Amino acid sequence: MTVLDTQKTTWTAVCRVDDLAPERGAAALLDGQQVALFRLVDGRVLAVDQHDPYSDAYVMSRGIVGSRTVDGVEVATVASPMYKQVFDLVTGVCLDAAGKTPVAGASGDLTVWPVRVSDGVVEVGTP
Amino acid sequence: MDPRHLVVVGGGMVAQRLVEALRDRDTAGTWRITVLAEEPRRPYDRVALTSYFSGRDPEDLELGDADLWRDPLVRLVRDDKVTHIDREARTVTAASGRTYCYDHLVLATGSYAWVPPTEGADLPGVFVYRTIDDVAALRGYVEKLQSDLRRPVRGAVLGGGLLGLEAAGALHALGAQATVLQVGTHLMDTQLDLGGGEALRRLINNIGVGVRVNAMTVRIRPHRRGGVGRLDLADGGRVDADVVVVAAGVRPRDELARAAGLGIGPRGGVVVDDTCLTDDPDVSAVGEVACIQGACIGLVAPGYAMAEVTADRLLGGAAEFPGADTATKLKLAGVDVASFGDAFGRTEGALELVWADPVNGVYKKLVMSDDARTLLGGVLVGDASAYASLRPMLGRELPGDPAVFLLPEGGGGGAPDLELPDDAGVCSCNNVSAGTIRGAVTEHGCTDVGAVKACTKAGTSCGSCLPLVKKLVTTELTKQGITVSSALCEHFALSRAQLYDAVRVAGLRSFTEVVERFGTGRGCDICKPAVASILATTAPAHVLDGERAALQDTNDHVMANLQKDGSYSVVPRIPGGEVTPEGLIAIGEVAKDYGLYTKITGGQRIDLFGARIDQLPLIWQRLVDAGFESGHAYGKSLRTVKSCVGSTWCRFGVQDSVALAVLLELRYRGLRSPHKLKLGVSGCARECAEARGKDVGVIATDRGWNLYVGGNGGFTPRHAQLLAEDLSTEDLITAIDRFLLYYIRTADRLQRTAPWVEEVDGGLDGVRAVVMEDSLGIAADLDAQMAQHVEQYEDEWRATLEDPEKLRRFASFVNAPEVPDPSLAYVPERGQARPATPDERAAAGRGEPVLVAGSTLEVRS
Repeated sequence: MTVLDTQKTTWTAVCRVDDLAPERGAAALLDGQQVALFRLVDGRVLAVDQHDPYSDAYVMSRGIVGSRTVDGVEVATVASPMYKQVFDLVTGVCLDAAGKTPVAGASGDLTVWPVRVSDGVVEVGTP
Repeated sequence: MDPRHLVVVGGGMVAQRLVEALRDRDTAGTWRITVLAEEPRRPYDRVALTSYFSGRDPEDLELGDADLWRDPLVRLVRDDKVTHIDREARTVTAASGRTYCYDHLVLATGSYAWVPPTEGADLPGVFVYRTIDDVAALRGYVEKLQSDLRRPVRGAVLGGGLLGLEAAGALHALGAQATVLQVGTHLMDTQLDLGGGEALRRLINNIGVGVRVNAMTVRIRPHRRGGVGRLDLADGGRVDADVVVVAAGVRPRDELARAAGLGIGPRGGVVVDDTCLTDDPDVSAVGEVACIQGACIGLVAPGYAMAEVTADRLLGGAAEFPGADTATKLKLAGVDVASFGDAFGRTEGALELVWADPVNGVYKKLVMSDDARTLLGGVLVGDASAYASLRPMLGRELPGDPAVFLLPEGGGGGAPDLELPDDAGVCSCNNVSAGTIRGAVTEHGCTDVGAVKACTKAGTSCGSCLPLVKKLVTTELTKQGITVSSALCEHFALSRAQLYDAVRVAGLRSFTEVVERFGTGRGCDICKPAVASILATTAPAHVLDGERAALQDTNDHVMANLQKDGSYSVVPRIPGGEVTPEGLIAIGEVAKDYGLYTKITGGQRIDLFGARIDQLPLIWQRLVDAGFESGHAYGKSLRTVKSCVGSTWCRFGVQDSVALAVLLELRYRGLRSPHKLKLGVSGCARECAEARGKDVGVIATDRGWNLYVGGNGGFTPRHAQLLAEDLSTEDLITAIDRFLLYYIRTADRLQRTAPWVEEVDGGLDGVRAVVMEDSLGIAADLDAQMAQHVEQYEDEWRATLEDPEKLRRFASFVNAPEVPDPSLAYVPERGQARPATPDERAAAGRGEPVLVAGSTLEVRS
């Protein structure tokens, strides 16, 4: 999980919360970088890489959002639409590699992007 | 005490097994192990070498857990061939010059591919088939020839044994014409009798591999351009060949042992006793190099047995080699072959029972004792399904008439269930008995096949015993009163069939309702699409309506098929495969305008590839305007009803198959099911629509229609079985309605109709009773449900285009809906676009002149 120095974070407004359907991702373009945004049923908005490290395609926003119990705690997840790896949406950590290995040069986890919602506007942070 | 040092010469499958077995049992760490391997890689699965041709990486062939080689007591030295053994000093020296002292030495040097001394055997283009490097070189050579020659490459394989057939299958898979030249009278003559060999020849011929028997090659002649050109046979015949694979057998690599003065068998191999020791008590030999009980054995299972014996002996045990199990089962390009026990009936007074069906390419033989009760051996070609249950019965009495094991499925009421004795071997690769498998359930608490595999290693090598393992595990669990869990996933303890009933009876309409009532959490990629599919037939609504949209896999969500680069493919419905010239032109215009790659599908329609998510509504507006609707190629739902041209045009047709196919396709379009559904209609018994390869197949008779169910292609092809004969069109439709809905209600997630029919109470007869005789009293309910489906069907693409809310889901980026995905890149190939490979992208990124068409292909406005 990438830890960002909040001091230096620049926040970019991306869309309104209402533009995001609950439990369904949307892709956003931030200075040439592709980010996948997810709005959960509890109102949280989370962002991870749009790039899927296991298929090398930019598709993570099109995965199915769900939950998985990890060590007794329920965590929000997204499953890659390509080969069904399951990722923790909060940490980006791959919880189930589905027997595959990431493409060359890619970490098996997703980078997490900080998100905040102010006045109904979703903002994504970049370092 | 410092651990003693075991040095293993050779890094093959048996060496791997020895290290694994020793580390597994030597919990006190009394041995440290050094493996000296000649090849530059970890031990790999040589038996599966041919799968390397179907695109697997060499890494995929690696055996066992890679952690084995990270064990501090294990050292693997690769790419260093041992050149000398000094038994006095107890050292070995390798090509690198390094010397290793040993307390015990194991020779696991294996075999080499034997090349008979033949003129021309050293020409370029002559290969052997033993290592990954051999196979890679062969592949490279054939691929180079293919691009140079501009005609099919001709390959010849010298040798029609196991390895020769593997090699021929590999050549065939590479797209070469393969011919097997067998010196003897028939194929696989070590394992099969003449009848079995002949049946195998016909089956191999059918897949396009040539076979010549009694074909002794005397000379390999060069071609003018260099390399191999032709083979001369002893009978004066000639065979043109651009590439030759020599698979004439293997010879033990006993040269180190010879030089070290160890005893050598009359036909080579290091002589060992039943404990795998050579005549030097500090040196063992295992696997193909060992001459045990008078012979070297070129099979992996006996090698594994020797590895286990050696590991046991090193730890002070008293294990002995139990004798070689030379049973063989393999699948060659879809052809099943098995041979076990006394396959040739050499036992005094042995009786042979033979079932030969040349039409269906099946040959089966059981060898029985003189009283026809005890099973001594057998040969199965074309259908080896009885192998898993018969092989463990070797040397035991078969219950009842042995002939029932030979009859085709359904021909004689099926073979009786065999209750295997505890000491009967089930997995011969790993030497696991029925008792051990039962013990894994009763004593070690394993509750599924996966756990039993991990606990016993049964079925982890070739996997041919897995059906039997599963049966034993299920029987044992049932005996204990444990029901095998059929929970959908961690969120639902119910099976799909139970959930279907629960949702239908409770009248629920949304996932939130369903998960709150019957589950926990917020679902996952397994239960969400399953619930969406259930709701689609219990409470029909548009796939993107409200919360339902969040349940769909991306394919259903954007109503297109996701491809490897993140783009989608589009398939308009073409009912029954019947399309007007105007329709074809309209599809062609759309494909041209959006630069889509176009391919005809197996379901008699047209697939358009390379559409970006944001292009899908634009493409579909054009298609809907031209009169097309969604083909549901993306859904677990009805795909197509394939048909032949039928009696309207065909000289032989007896019914109008196209009209029926169109009618059926329009009736069941959009019907969501546990897995995809494919139907077929043939207008006469010639069966040109291949309807028996479909979930529902209809074949015309002169009195009506015959209905077949439970067929499929794919990984496990199945022929559909006859459900009812000579039905009127009306009765046929009622029967299909009920069959489909009964399946939709009760099948497991992603279970196709074939396995479902097997699992339904009473099997096919049970299905027939429900569908044709209403034995459950649900027919009226099923009929009403299908009527509702037909009534409420709407084209989901047309409905989407009419709803701006739904269309917002197709934006490429929520903050830049006009910007196309910049990651997509295409290159032209054979006149169309295809996704650029990573190398091509990298080259384009460096500014090298690689033809990468931009992600936005010109669109006519």
